[in-house]
Amino acid sequence: MNAVTEPWTMTNNATVETPPPQDRRHFGDVILDVANISLRFGGVNALTDISFSVREHEIRAIIGPNGAGKSSMLNCINGVYAPQDGKITFRGQTFSHMNSHQVAQMGVGRTFQNLALFKGMSVLDNIMSGRNLKIKSNLFWQALRIGPAEREEIAHREVVERIIDFLEIQAYRKTPVGQLPYGLQKRVDLGRALAMEPQVLLLDEPMAGMNVEEKQDMCRFVLDVNDEFGTTVVLIEHDMGVVMDISDRVVVLDYGKKIGDGTPEEVRNNPDVIRAYLGTSH
Amino acid sequence: MHTTFPGLLLRHAAERPNAPAMREKEYGIWQVHSWAQMASLVERVACGLAQSGLTAGQHMVVIGANRPRLYATMLAAQSLGAIPIPLYQDAVGAECVFPINNADVCFAMVEDQEQVDKLLEIRPQCPQLGTIVFDDPRGLRNYSEPGLMSMDALMERGEAHAKANPGFFAAAVEKVLPDDVAAMFFTSGTTGNPKGVVHSHRTLLDRAGAGAKFDKLTHDEEVLAYMPLAWIGQNIFSYAQWLSCGYVVNCPESAATVNIDLKEIGPTYYFAPPRVFEGLLTAVMIRMEDAGAIKRHMFRIGMDLAKRVGPALMDGEPVGALDRLLYKLGNFMVYGPLRNSLGFNRVRVAYTAGEAIGPDLFTFYRSIGINLKQLYGSTETAVFVCLQPDNQARADTVGIPIEGVEIKVAENGEILVKSAGLLKGYYKNPTATAEVLTADGWYHTSDAGFLDASGHLKIIDRVKDVGRIKGGANDGAMFAPKYVENKLKFFPHIKEVVAYGDGRDRVCVMVNIDFDAVGNWAERRNLPYAGYTDLAQKPEVYQLVQECIEKVNADLANDVLLAGSQVSRFLVLHKELDADDGELTRTNKVRRGFIAEKYQPLVDALYGGKTSQYIETAVKFEDGRSGSVSATLAIGDTKTFAPVKAAA
Repeated sequence: MNAVTEPWTMTNNATVETPPPQDRRHFGDVILDVANISLRFGGVNALTDISFSVREHEIRAIIGPNGAGKSSMLNCINGVYAPQDGKITFRGQTFSHMNSHQVAQMGVGRTFQNLALFKGMSVLDNIMSGRNLKIKSNLFWQALRIGPAEREEIAHREVVERIIDFLEIQAYRKTPVGQLPYGLQKRVDLGRALAMEPQVLLLDEPMAGMNVEEKQDMCRFVLDVNDEFGTTVVLIEHDMGVVMDISDRVVVLDYGKKIGDGTPEEVRNNPDVIRAYLGTSH
Repeated sequence: MHTTFPGLLLRHAAERPNAPAMREKEYGIWQVHSWAQMASLVERVACGLAQSGLTAGQHMVVIGANRPRLYATMLAAQSLGAIPIPLYQDAVGAECVFPINNADVCFAMVEDQEQVDKLLEIRPQCPQLGTIVFDDPRGLRNYSEPGLMSMDALMERGEAHAKANPGFFAAAVEKVLPDDVAAMFFTSGTTGNPKGVVHSHRTLLDRAGAGAKFDKLTHDEEVLAYMPLAWIGQNIFSYAQWLSCGYVVNCPESAATVNIDLKEIGPTYYFAPPRVFEGLLTAVMIRMEDAGAIKRHMFRIGMDLAKRVGPALMDGEPVGALDRLLYKLGNFMVYGPLRNSLGFNRVRVAYTAGEAIGPDLFTFYRSIGINLKQLYGSTETAVFVCLQPDNQARADTVGIPIEGVEIKVAENGEILVKSAGLLKGYYKNPTATAEVLTADGWYHTSDAGFLDASGHLKIIDRVKDVGRIKGGANDGAMFAPKYVENKLKFFPHIKEVVAYGDGRDRVCVMVNIDFDAVGNWAERRNLPYAGYTDLAQKPEVYQLVQECIEKVNADLANDVLLAGSQVSRFLVLHKELDADDGELTRTNKVRRGFIAEKYQPLVDALYGGKTSQYIETAVKFEDGRSGSVSATLAIGDTKTFAPVKAAA
């Protein structure tokens, strides 16, 4: 185990003393530790020396203005981008970069900002596709759908049905995803991520483009996922109200640098964060 | 002969242990609960409740959607001699305070977190509410309020209790007598506090049995339970008659899937208020308008034929051989598939009640071969008073008095009812009881109506609402607001209407447009709108509404009694009337007096001859937040017609 004694150590100027969250839930050890990550695209420094940690069962938000590097950060964790420097430690195993297939197998699920769903397929099939990694029988047996393949499909279908029930999308089970309103598509996207039974769930702007009611629903689902399944959640979000309400700790990025880290209350009062969001008068 | 609910349950469990009692769609599959499983479930819940301190005579509220486990809870409470009170699951917390305190409720069984939150919120006002049991534990893991318990934990307790005291449950059920109080229903109450209507096992089962006999119901019926249990209609159809006939009650997966579930189950016995039938028809019509030209054409020809011969065929009247043949073809091409897509393919008996149903709507369903009928009854009469026999269904009557019912019309036109299914009284309210239940055993329905020549009951309006026009051209004419409102509501574009005229010189109405229907209508005319408020104020919409009103006026002019009730001015409201804002009752009836007070400036403007009026209204959103809607409403004038004298 990579001993991380002080997960709130700051690498940047905004050092904030964070007391352990006096919260409703019990947090476990650090499950995901990001250390000194730097990511460059040619001359552009997308991320510079970012470090933070995620503890088991917590809801960790990454916020920041447009272009701050939030999605890039998620993509590094997810193995889509390979950072030039830094290490990512996931459940005791350290990697300098991860490959996305491997990440998924280790139990990291994610949703996408732009909904990478199969528009022509039904809700059921879309969520079923999230079970892909867990399906053992090969294409041949699945095509024939007999014996073990059939039993396996039934077992997977049951998991998927529980997710459908959980997300309250029973009425759209057979509806092609492309016909659903955006808010519901987001829910299906979350459902597909849940189908792989992730230990860590990365949510890329789960509330973007939603109306108030849809946001409230989504918040409840995120909290319930966290509560019911003990899933650790890392989310990127623009809506400050949402972030402050549901997350346990918040990382703030600005121009690829970390400018704040702590509980929502601390982040809210952090002068650098205020400056980044509201600008300053000189 | 068992005449208590738990007694009937045990009888079914003994006679047909493996026959399905209930189905619930969960995880995409219809999960079956047999009678034996149901009985065992009820036993565990009952023992758990007894262990937690529920005793005979105590009240217990049950709040939630139609779930087998909540049905089992009602049975469990009744097994112990306790009295279940189903409450509306969409009622806000404040509305639950009165029933809970009125009946000294200490126990509550609720469906989920939403309901738990609601009860916890009002607990300070209801300190005696000690035990809250919930069915679905989702989201409730970290709640540590005292007295909060999951249903699983309760049943575990019950199982231990049953093991320690074998025979406890059977003995408890044995002790329940037919004349014991079985359940209490709070009436929505258009004025003042709701009243708890007390029914015994005998009153509910008497009516349930009479209704079943009238329609020859057997244990093979399939019923879909999707209306709130707190409504006596649903309670009779999916609880009292369920136990008395032993048929299968199906619980939909969620409120959003009702139409899908309806299609999958294909109920044989169906019950819904008119607005559900209306919603289904609107959905069909909208989809037909979007269909291809060939299908549209086929539908139109088919429906024209159905309108002409369908009802006659249903009523068993003679129909020409060619029409009969054409109807068969139509049945194959149009009506059959349509019934199937509505989920009414197997319906043997369907009822509508609660509100008047539009003649077009009623005829539509009958013409495509659905045996839709009307019934008359109320919470106080355990529903079944008058029912329409299979071949005598008409849009403007509510049927004949069925077995065990006596009806007479009082001098003021009020309908009086006597049957074995009348309420025991209003709970803790002898004054109100005395008002409706006189010593000679007649129940005063407060509905005005009469029995027509063929013995069918016809309802005009509430007795207290029937008024007189005062002054003006129609001085002294009879005014029946509901009658006028219903006539207008039968137009698909109009959702709600509130009519005023009693004690005034003319009749004015406030109209709510149907957002779906008018929205669709507007889109077809390339009429842009920004939302409900905007759409409602479009001059084109005013024109549309005005045409509807003028049609009604022309129709009213033919009515000897009600020619004076013609509408002379109207406005279209800027917001939908909503039960959350207190404008409708929970059963969606307009609260005329309340609306008149709330929209006083609008009423004044209608009668004051103004052509427009500004109004701002506070609204409560479903999530509990409040906001306000404001608009300047135009007021329109309509043509009235000289009364047509009946040709003598």
